[in-house]
Amino acid sequence: MANTRTPVTGRKVQLMATCLCDAFYDDVARATVEVLEHLGCEIEFPEGQTCCGQPAFNSGDWDASRKIMRHTVKTFSGDAPVVIPSGSCAAMLFHGAPLEFEKQPDAPEVQALADRTWELADFIVNGLGITQWEGRLDANVAFHRACHTRGTESGPAALQLLGSIPGLKIAAFGEAEQCCGFGGTFSVAFPHISGSMGRLKLEHVMETHPDFLVSGDMSCLMHLSGLANKEGKPLQIRHIAQVLRDALIQAP
Amino acid sequence: MAHQKIDTYAATLNPEVRQAVRSNSAAGTEKRYEVLGSDFGNPDPLRKLAGAIKQHTIEHLDQYLEQAERSLTANGVKVHFAVSTQDARQAVLDILQQTGCRKVVKSKSMISEEIHLNDFLEENGVESVETDLGEYIIQIDHDHPSHIVKPILHKNRRDIAKSFEREGLGDYNDDPETITRRARAFLRQKYLQADAAVTGANFVVAESGRMVLVTNEGNSRFCLAGTRVHIALIGVEKLVPHDRDLAVFLNLLARSATGQQLTVYTEFLSGAALPAQPSGPREMHVVFVDNGRVDTLASNCREILRCIRCGACMNVCPVYRQASGHAYRSVYPGPLGAVLSPMLAGKGFAQLGDLPKASSLCGACNEVCPVDIPIPDLLLKLRNRAKEEHLPSPGSPPMGGFALLATAPMLWRTAMHAGIALDLTPKGLIPVPALQEWLKIRTLPAWRGGKFRSWYKNRPAQGKDRQP
Repeated sequence: MANTRTPVTGRKVQLMATCLCDAFYDDVARATVEVLEHLGCEIEFPEGQTCCGQPAFNSGDWDASRKIMRHTVKTFSGDAPVVIPSGSCAAMLFHGAPLEFEKQPDAPEVQALADRTWELADFIVNGLGITQWEGRLDANVAFHRACHTRGTESGPAALQLLGSIPGLKIAAFGEAEQCCGFGGTFSVAFPHISGSMGRLKLEHVMETHPDFLVSGDMSCLMHLSGLANKEGKPLQIRHIAQVLRDALIQAP
Repeated sequence: MAHQKIDTYAATLNPEVRQAVRSNSAAGTEKRYEVLGSDFGNPDPLRKLAGAIKQHTIEHLDQYLEQAERSLTANGVKVHFAVSTQDARQAVLDILQQTGCRKVVKSKSMISEEIHLNDFLEENGVESVETDLGEYIIQIDHDHPSHIVKPILHKNRRDIAKSFEREGLGDYNDDPETITRRARAFLRQKYLQADAAVTGANFVVAESGRMVLVTNEGNSRFCLAGTRVHIALIGVEKLVPHDRDLAVFLNLLARSATGQQLTVYTEFLSGAALPAQPSGPREMHVVFVDNGRVDTLASNCREILRCIRCGACMNVCPVYRQASGHAYRSVYPGPLGAVLSPMLAGKGFAQLGDLPKASSLCGACNEVCPVDIPIPDLLLKLRNRAKEEHLPSPGSPPMGGFALLATAPMLWRTAMHAGIALDLTPKGLIPVPALQEWLKIRTLPAWRGGKFRSWYKNRPAQGKDRQP
């Protein structure tokens, strides 16, 4: 699932906030804006944005998914990098969309959008070339690398940034490569397996007694924290953008 | 809300079986990772090379199959072609009848499971005995393999000891060494009594007609040493172009399958026994089997034919680990089976059209695949096919309305604000099945639709000088 992107030249970026941040996690989108602006980026937030179309794509309804993707292509016109605080939505744009448009006449437009799409941590480290983070955050965290970033630069980039924050300790946990069990509609169509996978992940994470579980994807965190809450074992969660933003705030 | 069949199977699985499946498959993944990592550092270039060789082979299958037929014939092997399950079974039976063979010993072959060969031979008066220990246990239990490399992954040694006691192989004893010794003593008699050996093949080289068989028990060697007729059942996708390609595949196969550098036995067969050789089959037959593979080759999922049957994808798969191989209701389980089984089913696609849904699309299968098959992409393509063929998909919410919402920004923003209603309504009353399913085992965060957008619009300072 390698991403072949156009190198970043200017400071202009387009932000895709994702539907989960639009609906539930506004502070994650806000932290993303604050982090990018701290780095000197000029953000454009296209008002017409909705969803990347992944729920329909993963369900097999590619007709519906392509409709949404065509809307996304139109909404994110231009040539600035599109930055997304989600490895999953980013993978939909740079991997899923070209797959569902393989035989479509507008495949080149979809590929052009794919080529300028970045997951947030990947963008900061490999797009902007920033490998050290400023500020400070005194916390023990566990990091969950979302599966849609498997084989991409996002996981190493997130760990690079987190590892460079003074005061922040990253605890290793068992079977870290295993999926959390979210999987979009998989979480409701396969509730038993999804729940079992999630509980296994939580057991490993909880063993390290983290102050919070960090990820680049709110979907995994929504599933894991939802499971933990339901079982009366609340789990604090943070998106990597929130961690980066909070480190700047906590800095002396 | 209705659940997917595989989820229901997993929910009702015997906890002992689940434990056996989970720990055995996790151990397999761990060993693979250690051995490939220590021997190759980064195995990805080798995986990609192997994938490219296989992809090339299947894309030129017509020419390599012809070449293999010529090479095998030149080696004195009789070559047969079988299109369907029925053709393949009949081809084997015809050879046995023409050569007067009544007793068969078998080494492990997934394609013989595919065509249910043992049952067919028994019905036609031929005794057929599995000689791979795992397959022998499956046979006496009238069970089915739950894994393509370790067929009894779902059993523990107590189950096996009971089966042996029942079969009159001795008093109850669950010591693995004792079990193995008893099986060995029984099977040695069978090798000596048998007329014919039926095997599969791991690879067939087109340029030389050389066949490769890998085993860990040496049972295929005994099969061949004790019989006068050898029949190899081979899926047409088992070809590789050159002898030198074996160096790539044999380096990957055992490491990926069991974490061994090489299997205990690697046999290269170049034809029937020569007159001067004291033992070995005097006749050798190869039955090339299609059974849905040619249709698969013509489809948009042809990459699945690269598969060398190592089982690494099922070992690593979190769904397989929870559900076990039998949940897949077909010969090939796990991520491989979720693609291959519905494809090989041909007109029966609809009956197995739910298998591609049994994945969180985590991609671990692709990461460990020795021939780099993009399994998640293939699962997605088959989900699309299932949708286009209007197959039912329990638990998956319909997406038409969502697409309407997601292509109309005004409507979307209204819905974001309206979602606040979620927090005001007792969640148990909201008649959305997917939401209810979510809430059975998880909480939902508070609805904050539109909050980010209004913050973004109304914040005082903007631009690069703003301090967070």
